[in-house]
Amino acid sequence: MTDLQTFREETRNWLEANCPPEMRKPGDVCWGGRNPQFSHPDQEIWLERMGDKGWTCPTWPSEYGGGGLSKEENKILQEEMSAIGARSPLGSFGIWMLGPALLEFATEEQKKEHLPGIVKGKYWWCQGYSEPGSGSDLASLSTKAIEDGDNYVINGQKIWTSYADRADKIFCLVRTGPQEPKHDGISFLLIDMDQPGVTTRPITLISGKSPFCETFFDDATAPKKDLVGGLNKGWTVAKRLLEHERTMISNMGLAGGGDGSGSKKMSGLAKVSKQYVGEDADKKIANPSLRSKVAKHEMNSRAFGLTLQRIGEETKVGAPSPAAAMSKYYGTEHNKLRYELLLEAMGSKALGWEGEGFTPEELAITRDWLRTKANSIEGGTSEVQLNVISKRVLGLPD
Amino acid sequence: MALILNEEQQSLKDIARDFLEKNAPITHFREIRDTANETGYSQELWKEMSELGWAGILVSEDYGGFDFGMMGMGGILEETGKTLTPSPLFSTAVLGASLLEMAGDDTQKSNYLPRLVSGELTTAFALEEGSHHNPTNITTSAKKDRDNFVINGKKTFVIDGHSADLIIVAARTKGDEDDPNGISLFCVDSNNKNLKVIKQSMVDSRNCAEIELKNVTVSKNDLLGDLHNAYSVIENVLDVARVAIAAEMLGNSSKAFEITLDYLKERKQFGVLIGSFQALKHRAAEMYSEIELTKSAVVSAMNAIDEKSNDTARLSSLCKFKACETSHLVSNESVQMHGGVGVTDEYDVGLFLKRSRVAEQVFGNADYHVDRYATLSEY
Ligand SMILES: Cc1cc2nc3c(=O)[nH]c(=O)nc-3n(C[C@H](O)[C@H](O)[C@H](O)COP(=O)(O)OP(=O)(O)OC[C@H]3O[C@@H](n4cnc5c(N)ncnc54)[C@H](O)[C@@H]3O)c2cc1C
Ligand SMILES: Cc1cc2nc3c(=O)[nH]c(=O)nc-3n(C[C@H](O)[C@H](O)[C@H](O)COP(=O)(O)OP(=O)(O)OC[C@H]3O[C@@H](n4cnc5c(N)ncnc54)[C@H](O)[C@@H]3O)c2cc1C
Repeated sequence: MTDLQTFREETRNWLEANCPPEMRKPGDVCWGGRNPQFSHPDQEIWLERMGDKGWTCPTWPSEYGGGGLSKEENKILQEEMSAIGARSPLGSFGIWMLGPALLEFATEEQKKEHLPGIVKGKYWWCQGYSEPGSGSDLASLSTKAIEDGDNYVINGQKIWTSYADRADKIFCLVRTGPQEPKHDGISFLLIDMDQPGVTTRPITLISGKSPFCETFFDDATAPKKDLVGGLNKGWTVAKRLLEHERTMISNMGLAGGGDGSGSKKMSGLAKVSKQYVGEDADKKIANPSLRSKVAKHEMNSRAFGLTLQRIGEETKVGAPSPAAAMSKYYGTEHNKLRYELLLEAMGSKALGWEGEGFTPEELAITRDWLRTKANSIEGGTSEVQLNVISKRVLGLPD
Repeated sequence: MALILNEEQQSLKDIARDFLEKNAPITHFREIRDTANETGYSQELWKEMSELGWAGILVSEDYGGFDFGMMGMGGILEETGKTLTPSPLFSTAVLGASLLEMAGDDTQKSNYLPRLVSGELTTAFALEEGSHHNPTNITTSAKKDRDNFVINGKKTFVIDGHSADLIIVAARTKGDEDDPNGISLFCVDSNNKNLKVIKQSMVDSRNCAEIELKNVTVSKNDLLGDLHNAYSVIENVLDVARVAIAAEMLGNSSKAFEITLDYLKERKQFGVLIGSFQALKHRAAEMYSEIELTKSAVVSAMNAIDEKSNDTARLSSLCKFKACETSHLVSNESVQMHGGVGVTDEYDVGLFLKRSRVAEQVFGNADYHVDRYATLSEY
C-alpha cells in the first residue's frame, strides 16, 4: 500500500470512530469563540476531537496546532469527510483569512501565540478594514494607532464589521504613519474586543438580518507585540489577506450551484423550476425560456467549478490563488444570477417576507436572494475585482 | 480528473506551437487565401504535420497510430487555432480517424488507417443537410441493391469535402427523417463519378463543400459499422469532434485576446494608452474570465474522452457551449477595441472573427448545446 492509501484507510477509520452521528447530518457550522454556541452537544465533541488533531486547519504546520497534512492528504481527508457527510467542525475568519496571513507574515512568537487558538476555535476573529470614508479605496483609512509605551492607543471607526458584536478579537488596519504616502503608513494590528475602548453597534441589512456592525475605538489599546508584518508595512499583509478572503467568498458561491463534478444530474435550480412551472410531456421544464436560462446557468456553474479545481491543482497549498480576483468576481456575480433565476422560477412564492402563505423554504429564498446582493460588494466590489484583474493579471496601464 | 496537461502532453503542445509559429504563422494562412489555393491548405505542410505524427494521434497502435488521446490532440488544435492554420487535421485526424476507429471492421481499418496516419489519405464526413446542425435530420437515402447500396441525396457544410480522398456519408437506410434509428455510414471514394462536389467559398476562407449524391453505388463492404445503427457511433464521434473544435476555438480566442491586449498597451488617444480607459479594462477582464472558464471546460472534456467517462456527452456540450460563447464575445470585442483598423483586412483580428463564426456552427452552436445539456440532465 502506498503512503496515501494507508493515510486514507487510517483517516476513514478515525472518522468512523470519532465523528458523532449528529455531525453526519447537514446543519450549521460552529464558529467557536470565548463563549461558543453549540446547537447540539455533538458539535462540541466534534470540534474538540478535530481541533486536537489539527484537522480544523488540516494543512497548517503541526507546530502551530495544525494538521500538518500535504495537499494530497488534505484532499483525501475532505473526500473521506464528505463520504460520510461529515460537517465541517469549525468555520471562522481566523481559518480562512487571518491564519494564512499570519503563517506568511507573522513572527515565530506571534504564530505560536495566535494560530493554535484559531485551530481550536478558542477565539472568534473579525475583520476591521472598512471605514465610513474608506471602502473600495481602503488605503485611505484613517483609524489611528499611536505609540504609548508597550502599547498602541487606537481611535477611530470601522464599519461593516461582520460579527463584531460576537467577536473576541479583531484584525485591524490602522494608520501609524500619518505623514507617509497612504499605502506606506498602514499597520496590521490585532486588538482584543473585550475592553471598554471598543464598542459596536449593529446594522440591519435589506435581508432583515443584522450580521454586521459599526465598530468604535475610543482610546482602545493593543500591545505592540501584536503588530504583524512590521510598522507601516501592513498594506502588504492586508492585500494578501484580501486574496484569501476572495478565494473564500468565491468558493461559497458554489455552495448552491454545481461543484464541477456534475455528479447529480438534475440541479436544485432545475428541480425548483419544474416544481413551480411544471414539466412538459418530454419531462422538460415547461417554460422554454426559463429552461434555457437554467441550463446556461448550470453549465456556467460547472465550468466555474472546474476552473476552481484547475486553479487549485495549479496553486501551491496555502498560497492564495493568482486568479482570486477572477473567481471572486465571477463566483459572486454567478451566485446573484442563481437567486434571480430562483425568483423567476418561483414567481410570487419567492417574494414573501414572513408569516402565513409561504413555506419556510420559500421565505428563506427571499432572504437569501437579498443576502446575495452583498456578495459582489463584500471583500471588494466586482468593479474593484475587474480593476485588479486588468492591472495585476492583464498588465493594463493605470 | 486531470485538469492540467501532463508532461508529455504539454511537450507535444509546445512542439506544435514552435512548429506552427515557424512554418504556418498567420501570414501562411493569408498566402493560401490570397493565392486561391485549390486544396485550401498546403499539402507540403500537411505532409510535415503527418511526419510529426499528428495525423495518427487518435489512431490505435495496431493501425500505425500513436494512441495519444484527446489531451494530446486538443493541445495541438489549440495551437492551430492561434495561428489560423488551415489543414485537414480536423476532418482527417479527428473526424475520419474517429469514425474509422469506432465504426470500422478490421479490413476497413487496415485499409484506411495506416494511410491516414502517414498523411496519404484525407477524409471528410458528409453529415449535415440543413443550415443548422442536426445529426438526426437525414434524408439522404441508401437503398440495398443486391451486394451494393445506392445512395441519393445532398449534403452541405462538409468540411474539406472537396479535397478529401474518402468521403464518409451518413445516410438513411430505414425510418423517417429525424429518427435516430435507421442511419448508416458508408465509405465513398471521392473519385466516384456520381458524386458532384461543389466547393463552398466560406467567410473564413477554409474549405467546405456541398455534395450531391446521384445514384452513387458502393459495395456492401463499404458499409462502415452496423446497418441502421450508426447513430450511437455518430454521437460518440461528434462528441470527440466538438471537443476538438472547441480546443481550436479556445486557441482562437486566446490569440485574438492577446493581440487585443497588446494593442491596448500600444495605441494612444487623448494623450494616453487606450488600455488605461476603464470602459475597456473591465471588458478585457471579463473576456479573461470567460477564457479561463472555457479552458477548464475544454480540458475536462478532453480528459473525459480519454477516460471514457460516462459524462462525456454533457462535458462535450459544455465545452462547445463555452467555446462558442467565448469566441463570439472575444472576436467581437477584439474588432471593436481596435477601432477603425479592426475592420480592415490588414489587421488580423478580422480573420479571427470570421473563423470564429464558422467554428461556432460546426456540430452545434451555443443554443444547440444548451438544449442538449438540459435534455441530457433530464430537464
Ligand atoms: C455583507 C458585508 C460584509 C462585510 N464585512 C466586512 C468586514 O467584516 N470587515 C470589513 O472591514 N468590511 C466588510 N465589508 C465592507 C466591504 O469590504 C465594503 O463594503 C466594500 O469594500 C465596498 O466599500 P463601500 O461599501 O464603501 O463602497 P464604495 O467603495 O463607496 O463603492 C460604491 C460603488 O463605487 C464603485 N467603485 C468604487 N471605486 C471604484 C473604482 N476605482 N472603479 C470603479 N468602480 C468603483 C464600487 O464598485 C461600488 O459599486 C462588508 C460588506 C458587506 C456588504
Ligand atoms: C468604415 C469606416 C468609415 C470611416 N469613414 C470616415 C470618413 O469618411 N472620414 C473620416 O474622417 N473618418 C472616417 N472613419 C474613421 C472613424 O471616425 C474612426 O475610426 C473612429 O473615430 C475611431 O477612431 P480610431 O479608429 O482611431 O479608433 P481609436 O480612437 O484608436 O479607438 C480604439 C478603441 O479605443 C476606444 N476608445 C478610444 N478612446 C476612448 C475613451 N476615451 N474611452 C473609452 N474608450 C475609448 C474606442 O472606442 C475603440 O474601441 C471611418 C471609419 C470606418 C471604420
